[in-house]
Amino acid sequence: MFSLLQEAATTAAGHNEGAVVVVDEAATHGADVVIVHGVDAAEHAGEAAGLPQLDIATFGNQIFWLVVTLVVLYLVLSRVALPRIAAVLSDRQGAVTGDLMAAEEFKQKAREAEAAYDKALAEARTEAQAIVAQNRAEIQGQLDAAIAKADAEIAARTAESETRIREIRASSDVSARDVAQDVAAELIRTFGGTVDQGAVNAALDSRMKGAMQ
Amino acid sequence: MATEATGGGLEFHPMDQFVVKPLFGAGEVHWYTPTNVTLWLALTALAAIALLVLGTRGRAIVPNRSQSVAEMAYGLVHKMIEDIAGKDGLRYFPYVLTLFMFIVFANLLGLVPMAFTVTSHIAVTGVLAMAVFLGVTIIGFVKNGAHFLDLFWIRSAPLAVRPILAVIEVISYFVRPLSLSIRLAGNMIAGHAVIKVFAGFAAIAAVAPIAIIAVVGMYAFEVLVAFVQAYVFTILTCVYLKDALHPSH
Amino acid sequence: MEGNIAELGQYIGVGLTAFGMGFAALGVGNVAGNFLAGALRNPSAAAGQTATLFIGMAFAEALGIFSFLVALLLMFAV
Repeated sequence: MFSLLQEAATTAAGHNEGAVVVVDEAATHGADVVIVHGVDAAEHAGEAAGLPQLDIATFGNQIFWLVVTLVVLYLVLSRVALPRIAAVLSDRQGAVTGDLMAAEEFKQKAREAEAAYDKALAEARTEAQAIVAQNRAEIQGQLDAAIAKADAEIAARTAESETRIREIRASSDVSARDVAQDVAAELIRTFGGTVDQGAVNAALDSRMKGAMQ
Repeated sequence: MATEATGGGLEFHPMDQFVVKPLFGAGEVHWYTPTNVTLWLALTALAAIALLVLGTRGRAIVPNRSQSVAEMAYGLVHKMIEDIAGKDGLRYFPYVLTLFMFIVFANLLGLVPMAFTVTSHIAVTGVLAMAVFLGVTIIGFVKNGAHFLDLFWIRSAPLAVRPILAVIEVISYFVRPLSLSIRLAGNMIAGHAVIKVFAGFAAIAAVAPIAIIAVVGMYAFEVLVAFVQAYVFTILTCVYLKDALHPSH
Repeated sequence: MEGNIAELGQYIGVGLTAFGMGFAALGVGNVAGNFLAGALRNPSAAAGQTATLFIGMAFAEALGIFSFLVALLLMFAV
């Protein structure tokens, strides 16, 4: 599309100028020969041929301006642009390296903190276990002491009760004997006998012995 | 001119876009005459300067859009030289970057409608290629002296084959500027001429849609080619620079 | 059918140079295809070889461009 537009702009002048220059090798015709219709020239394509690229007459012009452009571009780039871009790139490199190092440092710190935390945790755990064990031992001791104390008390009470029982029994034996002796003596007296104290006592002893056994 | 009239108003002037003509009025083109070449060369230089100087004026650590593009171009060429020619090739970095920026902007600006493509001219690309060729040859001899000729005398090859290889190497060495300049100019001429031929077909209503689609497709392809050719020119410069700095391998 | 026999030959020659472009296309396709085949086998090594790819394509393409140049010379300069 654009080439059609461009055609309109360049056909007349460019076409003929190029042709004339190549054919005549002298660029003097360029200005004064103006053929408006490219189609007309096409009929004589063979004789009017010429590639713009091979138009030696314009080489000097192109080379001159190209060298000027290249020198200007080279100077600007090597004096202004490249040092600036190199500085920016090295700045960025420095910033990135610095950031990376800082990040590495933080990572190290985080790792250390984690280790310290783990250590503290383990310590706390062992301490807690020690406290638990100690408490348990203490309670066990108290418990044992209380049990022993209770046992002793029980044993003491039992012994006391047993003595009392024994006393009671002994006293009951004695009073029963007295009662029996008195009853026996009274009975004998009632029946008009004389009380043989010794025989009563012997009988009572033998009966009591059997009853007490 | 390939001015063909096949009737029906179908006209092709694919080469007219390359004509060098004075900017002011018509007349003879002297060596100093400001022409359309001058205009587009200046625009190319201004565009490159605008990107690399104005684009980076913020000097930001976190770059904005134009600064990133400038840094990308810088990094691309820098890495290319470092990878191919080695650390000592970095001395010539400003010149190689100048070449790259010049070619890439000349190619891209040439794609602007109504524009003039300076890199489509053999004279322009020839100067660029000869500058590389002469520069590399001079650097080679200055750095290595006569050892630079080892480039042509391949010691890893059997002795009997070496003279034949030497002839081939010498020929290929001297073809370098030719192939560099013709490749760039040829790509540009061919691409623009093809676009123009397709555009010429748009005059026929029946095929106009196809022609317009083809022009759009070719245009996209030419944008790619503009980059690739600048890249190739630069990378070959680096390869030649490597040969000059380390001729033995 | 009137015309110039030299012009006829010129146009035939220009047409023949189109073969050169076709063969250059084969060459470029060969370079790109082999690169792709290699890159798919060993994708990790592919990134470092893109420069070589472009150099190879540039050399293959240059010869096609030469045939285009011959066509232009035949059309316009002979």
